Amino acid sequence: MSIPDRSTGPTRPGRFGRWGGRYVPEILIPALDELEAAFISARADPGFRSELSGLLEHFAGRPTPITRCANFLKGSRLEVYLKREDLLHGGAHKTNQVLAQMLLARRMGKKRVIAETGAGQHGVAVALAGARFKIPVRIYMGKRDCERQAPNVFRMKLFGAEVVPIDTGSATLKDAMNEALRDWAASYDHTHYLVGTVAGPHPFPTLVSEFQRVIGDEARAQMLAETGQLPDAVIACVGGGSNAIGIFRAFLDDSETRLVGVEPAGEGLETGRHGATIARGQPGILHGSETLILTDAEGQILESHSISAGLDYPGIGPEHVHLRETGRVDYVSATDTEALEAFTRLSREEGIIPALESAHALAYCLRMAENGEGPGTLLVNLSGRGDKDLTHVEAHLQRRSP
Amino acid sequence: MTRYETLFARLRDDRRAAFVPFAVLGYPSPETTLEWIRPLLEYADALELGFPFSDPIADGPRIQAASHTALARGACRASHLTTVTAIRAEHPDLPIGLLVYANLVYRTGLEAFYAAVREAGVDSVLVADVPVSEIGPFSAAAHAQGVDPILIAPPNAPDPTLAQIARHSRGYTYVVSRSGITGTETAAGRPSAELLARLRDFRAPPALIGFGISKPEDIRRMLEAGADGVIVGSSLIEKAQDPGELEPYLRELRQATRY
Repeated sequence: MSIPDRSTGPTRPGRFGRWGGRYVPEILIPALDELEAAFISARADPGFRSELSGLLEHFAGRPTPITRCANFLKGSRLEVYLKREDLLHGGAHKTNQVLAQMLLARRMGKKRVIAETGAGQHGVAVALAGARFKIPVRIYMGKRDCERQAPNVFRMKLFGAEVVPIDTGSATLKDAMNEALRDWAASYDHTHYLVGTVAGPHPFPTLVSEFQRVIGDEARAQMLAETGQLPDAVIACVGGGSNAIGIFRAFLDDSETRLVGVEPAGEGLETGRHGATIARGQPGILHGSETLILTDAEGQILESHSISAGLDYPGIGPEHVHLRETGRVDYVSATDTEALEAFTRLSREEGIIPALESAHALAYCLRMAENGEGPGTLLVNLSGRGDKDLTHVEAHLQRRSP
Repeated sequence: MTRYETLFARLRDDRRAAFVPFAVLGYPSPETTLEWIRPLLEYADALELGFPFSDPIADGPRIQAASHTALARGACRASHLTTVTAIRAEHPDLPIGLLVYANLVYRTGLEAFYAAVREAGVDSVLVADVPVSEIGPFSAAAHAQGVDPILIAPPNAPDPTLAQIARHSRGYTYVVSRSGITGTETAAGRPSAELLARLRDFRAPPALIGFGISKPEDIRRMLEAGADGVIVGSSLIEKAQDPGELEPYLRELRQATRY
């Protein structure tokens, strides 16, 4: 099903193929226009670029290294490298684009920043940046997510952010995003809504993608320097899709390198309890974008499910849908159980605790090894560290083996 | 003449502005929603009905909760259309507008959606999360079925946007007097006489003001600024908690629409 005539609207900005757009109440359009203008002017401003790269280097800890895993896939013909976004300040890739948007917020003269968060990683990044920039921050977070990611709630509060638990709907990421949009509709004058992923209305998908591409730019050069060649595959987990876009973008023209996005299959695609929007979604409109979403035939949004709060979202960034359509990126999925297995295995074999989100990408590597694929070199975006998941994972593992 | 045109012509003669209550279809339940709406009809010059949506980003807590209640009790497109058809049968001249979210229209298919609601007797459709820059396909489908597309004119819209809103709106223009979402948590703003004047300059259809209107003095303020009527929603849900209160409240609000 598609919107038939695309030519009748006055302007149709921010489309990836047919996907994307700006489906928000009219009241938010001036704020989106203002942000787009600030983004365009900042991108061309050497002062902005050097301030951002200074922050990324001295505050956030860029460049992050790549690490060769000696043991994770031992016995297979595959070699795995990790892009260590888990080592970035804040504990995940989120900090990259948050610093950029904070600079934009300041540039626009905004006095307050709001954000939604799922796993809490984006919330933490916004909160720490708010502390550094001395901008008051309010984070909307689903009540269910507050429970399963409790350490991150405390971290945000330590940074001085206000965390507002949301108890409506599924009490997860989508509901937090609804509430942030409602706040913004009343506060856009003095408030910047710092969207955390490549979803949402234009210009967010483009802007977030642009400021996350540093991951792939670095990783590509690092792989060439260390191995003398490009990886055979680049693998990243996909919820909204910002870490995946961030690492994929540098490799889009390298046709020999396979790009793989791994969606959360939750309890299994056939159970209906998952967050795999590419595999099982339908075209629809959610949070400002025409994209693939989990929806019923009448248009009500369905609840997603994933063990990882950061992937528990019934939509996906519109650019991913386009990349799937053009065939450039393959999208696969990994279940909660597979992600847990990869989570414990990377910890035990490599001394690195991955975020449950990133564990989905690792789970796909394990599947490739089991299928006897190779020889080949895999580059996995280790988009975050798993400290936030410890209590949650411990409870799951105890339930499995009492 | 459309029902809206007829209504606004009659109101001008009566020196009254339009009192337009809003209700969530399927609330409190699909079986009882008509009972809920009937008292509103006694006082309504036109009616605005919302299709409940799982993620209503333009709505405050009351309409959100009412929407979720309706959905949890099995409200669906078929039950909404049955309700609208029943109201239309009882009130052949009453303008009936729908307030919906984009995904509800999109998933049904634009043509099929507008055809179905027209068939049930709907006069206009406002899609809360479709701004004028994305309205093309929606208004084309609406026109093809003889439904009036309604757009929201917010206080912060620059002239070129207002001009487009005026050009695309039929029936009436939904004007919001303040930023934010529906609900009485934030009272209606000082309506900008200047915004209404700009809309008239752009030959927009009559202006109904909504969001945050709950008191007779809100209504009088809107009329002084030049509004053609008001839409009241959240506060009706609030008042209806107490069975004795709704009726006098409706009378009082309608009273305030005289000028």
